[in-house]
Amino acid sequence: MSLDDWIIALHLLSAFALVGAVTVFSIILVVLRRVDTPGRVLALAPAALIANVTVLVGVLGTFGFGVWLAISLDEYGVWDGWVLAAIVLWAVGSELGRRTGVIMAGSFERAEQLVGQGHEGPDAALADGLRSRHAHVFHWVSTAAMALIILDMIWKPGA
Amino acid sequence: MSVLAATRPDSWNFPLLLHVAGAMVLVGAAATGSICSLAGSRDADAAWLRRVAFYSFLLVALPAYLVMRIGAEWLYSKEFGETASDPTWIDVGYLTADLGALILLLTLVASGLAVRRGSRGLTRVAGVLSAVAVVGWLVAVWAMGGKPG
Repeated sequence: MSLDDWIIALHLLSAFALVGAVTVFSIILVVLRRVDTPGRVLALAPAALIANVTVLVGVLGTFGFGVWLAISLDEYGVWDGWVLAAIVLWAVGSELGRRTGVIMAGSFERAEQLVGQGHEGPDAALADGLRSRHAHVFHWVSTAAMALIILDMIWKPGA
Repeated sequence: MSVLAATRPDSWNFPLLLHVAGAMVLVGAAATGSICSLAGSRDADAAWLRRVAFYSFLLVALPAYLVMRIGAEWLYSKEFGETASDPTWIDVGYLTADLGALILLLTLVASGLAVRRGSRGLTRVAGVLSAVAVVGWLVAVWAMGGKPG
């Protein structure tokens, strides 16, 4: 395998880390819409924590190895339209995903406080946080941006 | 993928999209089920978490596997339909896809039985099996990207 082959493999693995983590977050968000007890929120904390680490690896890896590839391969350049489109979508998706994370982290903190106070039953404020319209809109728009990146990477319009 | 794209006919794009997108969602859903299964064996809300894991496998991972596999076969028929021997990376892909299917089915059975019987042991088995499958699929991703051989 050449260096370019390795970069392609690492770029693809990073993309899997990113979209895999987005899938984990999607499942968590859908499940948490029906939850109002702190115990169940905290039960999903390990999945959220691992997805947080994975999404960071994916976000940095896709960008870093992607730009490296665009520079390294003769066929493409960083200023190609489809590459720029991918970078814009990547930035939008990453920022909206980060904002979702900030909102949902508040719900996880609230759940920890409730458990710390010995309150194990349903909590209206917790439920409201888990159903946050902003968090859900940010997440699904971010997911749509990631899907568009995949389409862009495969079709490479203008390449 | 990018090098391949330089010479790839447009007619390969849609099957490739199915293959890649299905595989990405498959990895994420199987990872979710695995984490919930392994965490579920310790947590106070274990029964609920077992259901989350089972439905992640059944409603997300299984359909994603089918989409990935259909895309793979479709793409293979276009790219290698007439050739006698396959490159190493295709062999790796088939090996992990076929073994992964078996492991995913075993995971579904173990996870389903764990929900029904409230078994922590079966929950752990489902978590470990799906984790093994995820590792295998990531090896396949590396092979698909780097195309060794």
